[in-house]
Amino acid sequence: MTKETLSAGLAERAPLVGVKALLRHRMIWPVLALALILIVDGVISPGFFRIRIVEGRLFGSLIDILYRAMPTATVALGMAVVISTKGIDLSVGSIIAICGAVIVWRIHAGDPHFVILLLALGTGLLCGLWNGMLVALLDIQPIIATLILMVSGRGIGLMINLIYGGTNPSFNSALLQGLSVGHISLIPTRLVVGAGIFLLLWLLTRRTAFGLFLESVGGNPAAARLAGVNTRLIIYSAYLISGICAAAAGVILTADTHTSDPVSEGLYIELDAILAVVIGGGSLSGGRVYLGGTLLGALVIQALTTSILSSGLPPEYNLVVKAVVVLIVLLLQSSNARTALVSAIARRKR
Amino acid sequence: MTAKVEIVGVSKAYPGVRALDAVDFSVEAGEVHALMGENGAGKSTLIKVMTGALRADSGVIRLDGDEIKLDSPGAARAAGIGAVYQEVNLVPSMSVTKNLMLGRLPRRLGLVSWSRARDLARERLKRLGVDIDIERPLGSYSVAIQQLVAIARALDDDVRVLVLDEPTASLDAQEVQGLFDILRDLKQRGMAIVFISHFIDQVYQIADRITVLRNGRRVGVGTTMEMPSFKLVSLMIGHDLLVAEQKPPTFHLDPNAAPILIAKGVGRRRVMEPVDINLRAGEVVGLAGLLGSGRSETAKLLFGAIRADRGEIFVAGDSVGAASPAKSLRLGMTFCPEDRKSEGILSELTIRENIVLALQSRRGWLRPLSRREQDRLADEMIEALAIATSDAEKPVGQLSGGNQQKVILARSLVAGPRVLILDEPTRGIDVGAHAEIVNLIRKLCEQGLALLVVSSELDELVAVSHRIVVLRDRKQVAEIPGSDITRAKIIETIAGS
Repeated sequence: MTKETLSAGLAERAPLVGVKALLRHRMIWPVLALALILIVDGVISPGFFRIRIVEGRLFGSLIDILYRAMPTATVALGMAVVISTKGIDLSVGSIIAICGAVIVWRIHAGDPHFVILLLALGTGLLCGLWNGMLVALLDIQPIIATLILMVSGRGIGLMINLIYGGTNPSFNSALLQGLSVGHISLIPTRLVVGAGIFLLLWLLTRRTAFGLFLESVGGNPAAARLAGVNTRLIIYSAYLISGICAAAAGVILTADTHTSDPVSEGLYIELDAILAVVIGGGSLSGGRVYLGGTLLGALVIQALTTSILSSGLPPEYNLVVKAVVVLIVLLLQSSNARTALVSAIARRKR
Repeated sequence: MTAKVEIVGVSKAYPGVRALDAVDFSVEAGEVHALMGENGAGKSTLIKVMTGALRADSGVIRLDGDEIKLDSPGAARAAGIGAVYQEVNLVPSMSVTKNLMLGRLPRRLGLVSWSRARDLARERLKRLGVDIDIERPLGSYSVAIQQLVAIARALDDDVRVLVLDEPTASLDAQEVQGLFDILRDLKQRGMAIVFISHFIDQVYQIADRITVLRNGRRVGVGTTMEMPSFKLVSLMIGHDLLVAEQKPPTFHLDPNAAPILIAKGVGRRRVMEPVDINLRAGEVVGLAGLLGSGRSETAKLLFGAIRADRGEIFVAGDSVGAASPAKSLRLGMTFCPEDRKSEGILSELTIRENIVLALQSRRGWLRPLSRREQDRLADEMIEALAIATSDAEKPVGQLSGGNQQKVILARSLVAGPRVLILDEPTRGIDVGAHAEIVNLIRKLCEQGLALLVVSSELDELVAVSHRIVVLRDRKQVAEIPGSDITRAKIIETIAGS
């Protein structure tokens, strides 16, 4: 008993080195989860890690996971920014639907495709402006404020279809499809786009003071305000960023399917995005923004989906298995659950 | 006349604190008995014991001479003790009727009889002379009416003792008089009333007797005649008039220096009457007053954290216009709030991030401080203020209270202010850190900063101030020049005698 308390005391005082420091690191659980999923995949289906070059592009399960995760990851990055301010953006799926409708409408109208791309991003910006106005200026609770656009957004998409009497016609656009399903030398373009958005946001939050302001507003808005931070402006910008990220995902998804269906496009993507942020270590009570973790979180979710589908398990199992794995990752993230686990193990040892 | 409620030798301890130490208190039928004391004096604990919300560790409570057990709010109600707490426990979105009758709705055949409920509600309000539409939501009425509804709710038919905790805190002068008329009427009818307030003038208007608590002990009791305001304030603050005064140290100060900060008639309705305050470089102005006198409000008005609806603020000769914290910061003012948990620290962020926040927001988001610069500032401050931490990357939430206070001070100092407003800079910190902060204030002022120091500790104000502005009942009442600053003088001014 004395020995135990002694060693426990020592461990507490000893500098966190090696494995212990690694285990304390907030990124360790999403990384481990991703690694575990991939290892299981590797065992189940040999050749899982093989990456070939087919028709001048990279091809393989790993690339496939990255490829499919990209829309969710893009949305999740914007969500991470919003969540760091103690907010939430439920409207991202609807923003995707609106952007899709705008793209198809303007293609039908014959606009230059470069202009259409800008219009789509502008639509996301406009949606962000609306959400930001409700949350930052009118002080409406974020969950309610963004619920408004979440509910109405798909209706707006359908109304845009009415403008030209469209019933989700398919389209071809070298520019938009190039961004979505094309590739730059060996690498899928959308991975480059996703990496670009990640890099931009990383620079914004870590190489300007914007990140510090975001985290101060999310952590303690009263204190941030007294320290001179323009809290309304910071919260406003978070929703703008989320709107643009959702619009980027909207371009990729719309071009991917060659059509737009406001009823189903990007449906439930907000839930995956929120999950990705939380798996990545973000807390819904705000105060911290983890972009790298969020990216990992999106990959965990997609890797899981892909491996369930490729494991031969009936696709009906997908959602439930996904939920179980997510639950486990979240339990490992929760300090309460971890403390309970540690003390349970300690009790058994005794 | 027999005492209605008599509390004898009641003690209550929390871990590390004796909240009540053998306190006696009584209130009789047909009297208003004021309960006075500063923060932590034990007022709330005493009324919680009296209303059954808290069980005392020892002591006896008697009602009309018979010993009673008040071990739940229900028991207190049954004994005829009703209470209106400071935070009004009503639901603004519900109708007045529901607010009044919730939990005691009349039933018929198992169903609520709303017509009967409305009759009862009307009757309750009529007793207080209030005639309003009881079907409208409570929130649509003024705070004063809401306060009266709360009192009406507490006044069950058999209530003989009414406890009112800060009932006038959010009322204007006219509404206070209205409330007092009602209290006098209740008193006439034999009600025993316990009245808790920070407003000294109001206490003398309405109370028959006063009991003063300090640090959990009863330090004085008497009729209002026996307890002039000077004595009352002395008892509350705990000043022994016989102790020799400690002379304030004399500072060098240029009497002709132009003020950096001028506040002309700055105030806000229901918050603070207009104040006039000037601050010169190298000068410390103390802000003295009792709890609730408007100390923090004044500091926040000057900083723009509370928006003034009258008056004008000038910094270095230029009008600030509509003040806001961000604007004040740009003009070289910083503010250290009193309540460091809710308004000061960002507990998740590191010490370094907490320290650079104000400077960074002054620079704007596009001109970030380099990491090296941040590290340098943080290390410098950790050393200068002797912040006890292993390194600057620790989350501030893990530090002790005193060290958190120093981090907030560091945040202000790093931002390079000309004017520094400190609201209770030594609240809740240990003796050693206390002396360090007092020394720091002197040093800053020698370096040419203008400081406004809000404090409830007179010794601290006497030790650092060149001038002291005294507030009472949300009004600026006097300014004590440097040569006259003594504790006795401050108390005398606060008491208004």
